[in-house]
Amino acid sequence: MKPEDQETSALATLDPGPDKVIGPGHDYGTVTDEIGGVVLRPFLKTPPQLFIGFACAFLLVNLFMVAVTWLFIRGVGIWGIVIPVAWGFAIVNFVWWIGIGHAGTLISAILLLLKQDWRTSINRFSEAMTLFAVACAGMFPILHLGRPWLAYWLLPYPNTMWLWPQPRSPLIWDVFAVSTYATVSLIFWFTGLIPDFATMRDKAGNQIARKIFGVLAMGWRNSARHWARYQKAYLLLAGLSTPLVVSVHSVVSFDFAVAILPGWHTTIFPPYFVAGAIYSGFAMVLTLAIPVRRWYHLEDLITMRHIECMAKVMLGTGLIVAYGYGMEAFMAWYSGDQYERYAFVNRMWAGGYWWTYWILILCNIAIPQLLWSRRVRLNVLAVFLIALVVNVGMWLERFVIVVTSLTRDFVPSSWGMYYPTVWDWSTYLGTIGVFLALMFLFIRGLPAISIFEMREVVHDTQTEHANGD
Amino acid sequence: MLTATKISGQLEFLYGIMAEFDDPESLLAAARRAYAEGYREMDAYAPMPVEGLADAIGFRSNWVQRVVFAGGLVGAVGGFMLCWWITVIAYPHNVGGRPLNSWPAYVPITFELMVLVACITAVVGMLALNGLPQPYHPVFNIDEFARASRDKFFLCIEASDARFDPDRTRHFLEQLDPREVMDVPR
Repeated sequence: MKPEDQETSALATLDPGPDKVIGPGHDYGTVTDEIGGVVLRPFLKTPPQLFIGFACAFLLVNLFMVAVTWLFIRGVGIWGIVIPVAWGFAIVNFVWWIGIGHAGTLISAILLLLKQDWRTSINRFSEAMTLFAVACAGMFPILHLGRPWLAYWLLPYPNTMWLWPQPRSPLIWDVFAVSTYATVSLIFWFTGLIPDFATMRDKAGNQIARKIFGVLAMGWRNSARHWARYQKAYLLLAGLSTPLVVSVHSVVSFDFAVAILPGWHTTIFPPYFVAGAIYSGFAMVLTLAIPVRRWYHLEDLITMRHIECMAKVMLGTGLIVAYGYGMEAFMAWYSGDQYERYAFVNRMWAGGYWWTYWILILCNIAIPQLLWSRRVRLNVLAVFLIALVVNVGMWLERFVIVVTSLTRDFVPSSWGMYYPTVWDWSTYLGTIGVFLALMFLFIRGLPAISIFEMREVVHDTQTEHANGD
Repeated sequence: MLTATKISGQLEFLYGIMAEFDDPESLLAAARRAYAEGYREMDAYAPMPVEGLADAIGFRSNWVQRVVFAGGLVGAVGGFMLCWWITVIAYPHNVGGRPLNSWPAYVPITFELMVLVACITAVVGMLALNGLPQPYHPVFNIDEFARASRDKFFLCIEASDARFDPDRTRHFLEQLDPREVMDVPR
């Protein structure tokens, strides 16, 4: 951006431009006040957009409650699932949500190990997003069980039936992978919050807030000894989460790849699922961060550099996904297997869902190529819209994999179509409501940007300033 | 003379003497000088991790990584043994003539449980070694200390130190160019 462009920009005073991770003039105190202020604002001073957003999300939460109650009463027959498509929206949504969750761990763990300075403003936020996305994801396989109240049968525990889960089955691997992922995401997020709870405890004027934050901070007093152990533990958590995040979506892809169904039985699934997960996760971080940054005027903490870096990661992982699609199609042809070949013919034009494949290609491959242009990457609205398109595209990708592959397997006599019912849509939209409602509560109630890490950024910026230019 | 922040002479009520600094560099320099002076029972407080600060106050042994390693080992061995025990002992099930001890299929669960147990021990171990949760600590008796979580840096020499003397220690800290020196009541 040229200097004169910055002058004309409405955000010229706040946004330091695409080269900086933090606005000018910040010190330890001001970053603390700016981030803490979001939480400690009087209730009625909450931006109206947040109230409206929460109200909409809460409506969807109620829709979810209705859909789930009806499901518990009537069973999975209220959904459109049939034989051969026994895995309908529930599994599509499960994979979609768990994929979205991956960006949070990637940002907090992998980018921490790679020492990327732009991760700091967005890591807390995306960790929370991970947690809520995994919560939404985890509900689907349970709701899909038929008798959801017996979900604990999936766990290995001594029981009077003398039955044990089958540890050779990818579905049981999935139980372990997803529950580990949810637990580790939760403790990673909470550990990151402990020093910030202490800050909020010391800042809060309100006695109740002080007590709540005081209990959560557990007596954290910023001692150098504590910091030394804390940093070591945090680094180890990051190191352990890095292979974990790769393993989780690999295991999810095994649910498909280990089966013999054409369209599922593919060795490229694990890496291509992981790339897709990060792709959709970054799209969701952008979808949420762009409005929040505007509502709370955080343009000097979540700068254009953050948006641009995330757009680049989206472009990069999108290309890996595109390679995955290409390689799937190539291998279907090159294998010479007639069922594999037909799975592709079915996907692209012969089956009832051919149009979903082409919208998927449009959303996931064609439109995101606009991100090659720096002008597009620096246009917040364009990035926001592309992120929305990618969210839709990634959902369609899972639809194509799960549903289109199942509709036509080996024997034409067992083929069949799948039509989602209103309850399928209600459950899906309902979890979007659950996710957004939790996000809105999180933004209002907890520091959405890591305060102590922003102080480190301030320190590094000051040191750079003193040493060089 | 007794001032609001000075309660010297009443050693049994004194936790330590605290000096306040403006930036991490001054705190680091002060901590190094205090260590060189022979003080050992002290702690430094900063609103973010400061590189080298724990070293400067003589904190060496870091048990966190050992605890995490042990946790990971327990998780991995436990995960593998769980799968083995289920498929070989508790619920043997012939799947397509494959051996009961089908160890390659145990790898995902072994890995996940290793990560799970290691991560839980990392957090629980870190908190336990730090002595948290801790409902009361004397440093919070100073109002100014609330800024240790905002923008100020503190060095506290504790009364339990062998070289501690209320007047001499206070005098020493005053030489380090702090913003303020305060007594910390117990």
